[in-house]
Amino acid sequence: MNGLSGLLLAAIAFSMLGAGAFADTIKVGVIGPMSGPFALYGQNFKMGIDAWVAEHGSKVAGHDVEFVYRDEGTPNPAHSKALAQELLVKDKVDYLAGAYFTPDAMAIAPLLAEAKTPLVVMNAATSSITTKSPYIVRTSFTMWQNAVPAAKAAKAAGAKKVAIAVSDYGPGIDAEEAFKKTFEGEGGSIVESIRMPLSTTDFSPIMQRIKDSGADMIFTFLPSGPPTLGFVKAYIDNGLKVQGVKLISTGDVVPDPDLAAIGDAGVGILSTYHYSVAHDSPENKAFLAQIAKDGGKVGEVTMTAVAAYDGARLIYKMIEATDGKRDPDKAIAALKGTQWMSPRGPVSIDPETRHIRQNVYLRKVENVDGKLINKEIETYKDQPDWGLEKH
Amino acid sequence: MLLTILSLIIDAVSYGMALFIISIGLSIMMGLMRVVNLAHGAFAMIGGYLASYALVNLGAPYLIAALIAVVGTIIISIPFELLLYRRIYRKSDSLTQLLLTIGVTFFIIGVMNFVFGPTVKPVPLPSWLSGPVDIGFRMVPAHRIFVVICGALTALALWVLFDRTDFGVRLRAAVDDSDMAESLGIRTDVLYLLTFALAVGLAAFGGVVGAELLPIEPYYALRYMVIFLVVVSVGGAGSIAGALAASFLLGLADTTGKYFMPEYGDFFFYAAVIAIVFLFPNGLLGRESG
Repeated sequence: MNGLSGLLLAAIAFSMLGAGAFADTIKVGVIGPMSGPFALYGQNFKMGIDAWVAEHGSKVAGHDVEFVYRDEGTPNPAHSKALAQELLVKDKVDYLAGAYFTPDAMAIAPLLAEAKTPLVVMNAATSSITTKSPYIVRTSFTMWQNAVPAAKAAKAAGAKKVAIAVSDYGPGIDAEEAFKKTFEGEGGSIVESIRMPLSTTDFSPIMQRIKDSGADMIFTFLPSGPPTLGFVKAYIDNGLKVQGVKLISTGDVVPDPDLAAIGDAGVGILSTYHYSVAHDSPENKAFLAQIAKDGGKVGEVTMTAVAAYDGARLIYKMIEATDGKRDPDKAIAALKGTQWMSPRGPVSIDPETRHIRQNVYLRKVENVDGKLINKEIETYKDQPDWGLEKH
Repeated sequence: MLLTILSLIIDAVSYGMALFIISIGLSIMMGLMRVVNLAHGAFAMIGGYLASYALVNLGAPYLIAALIAVVGTIIISIPFELLLYRRIYRKSDSLTQLLLTIGVTFFIIGVMNFVFGPTVKPVPLPSWLSGPVDIGFRMVPAHRIFVVICGALTALALWVLFDRTDFGVRLRAAVDDSDMAESLGIRTDVLYLLTFALAVGLAAFGGVVGAELLPIEPYYALRYMVIFLVVVSVGGAGSIAGALAASFLLGLADTTGKYFMPEYGDFFFYAAVIAIVFLFPNGLLGRESG
């Protein structure tokens, strides 16, 4: 072998080293609220992902998987876009995941086509998000998905005049539209429709307005966290509950960790949601046991944990389908139509909308064995994203 | 219609009283000690955290927890007073005060974030303060009534303290002409320390009592600082009656605005601020700065 072919051979050997060694690491960038008022939900992203990795290992089809976390903080689209760009360019992630707030998910969407990176949305609940890019798949829920059954349940519970009070941003407006359309379609009437700024902490004037409208039931949506606790407490403390005005909401307004703070006064509040920590199934029991084993507190588990758990499943599936290569079309195609049994119940990924189809449960706050839980009292099976079904 | 107006006034008074209790301490610091204390919100926050810890982790009854919060915050603030605040009373310029107190604020935010974590800490109310109270034509949250009573008692106690006691006389003398007061034998440094403790104690009390309206989390110190400064500026620094009037007027503007046009959010609160300060540049009952 003379010098030139030896050099050529060395060059080829070096390029093979660079072109993807077989024990490579697939990186997943998770953007979630790790600090600030919504930190509990970001920590839940991590709890869900850690639970999946503990059960299934951190290797998929011969590739190592690494999850890196970035702090979304409060809704800040410019900041989230910057975080996503940093993850894509500096950390060279193969997949993006997370997105608690709608505006942040919307800001990340335009990056996906150029970066050829799928995004697994683990919370942001506005229907139109999945239409912003063919590389988005969502494992959480949408407002339409939970609000349409809420309207049906309201009608079934005998409500005739409903006052709607929602937070003034994407998901709130979605919830308002979904409930209004469905409830009026079933013959009910909406007597009041209030949009509350996200920064509201004093809900007394709003309760006064609802009372003046003569409604017999309130439908509400606020993002889980300090606003929901404030709203429920104002509902109870201003006497509306005692005076017979019922409250129905999507489950975001009565997250399981908050029930203890609301107290026994909250018994009877209705909500429709895709996940309750008290869901009675072997998969859920195993899921919660795994979280407890990893050091998490079951009392702090919220819907974002199960969305992250299922999201991790989908990411593993995508890695398997593409054998660790960057091929977003193939990855997303592998997910369409897939079904499995999640801790929340039977679910599937809708091939048209790339959103998760799932059961939505009507729950009532009840005191069971001294503990306050969201008890499932009815099931609306296999609900799609109603927001996208219409359009 | 009349019922609605009465109802709004009740909401305004209860919201205003919560603002008053938290802000009166700042009014005292700014008016009487001429210190723009941007760390006031931080001390209110420390009070809230201590109360939350006492209620949730130590299982103390509500009033004991409030006492622990007030006393604990005063004790925590003493090193700040001795080492830092002492140097910026009265004679130093505003920029120094702003920079120092903002620094203290960020420091406290960092420490609280580290010790207690980033989530909102609840200050759970006892059963006798929860739930609605029927006052005839409407139901009012029991907690709001408690806040109004506390606010009224605080205002009364402060008025008696400043207008009717020796301490008040000496403090006002020290404020008006500290050199003369010192030459007459009045210990101004002790006076300032006591007043500082009073202001911080009031802040802590406000933090505990107002925790329903202003949730306790690490960024509380910055997030609501504008509201406290606004109440003090609109009322006139150093005036108890001014702070009361400002709290009530701003509470009314905010509550009425949120009733009729909730989508506009805080707009009416700040519009009222602009209107009042335009008409009364030194605040409603403030004195010309000397």
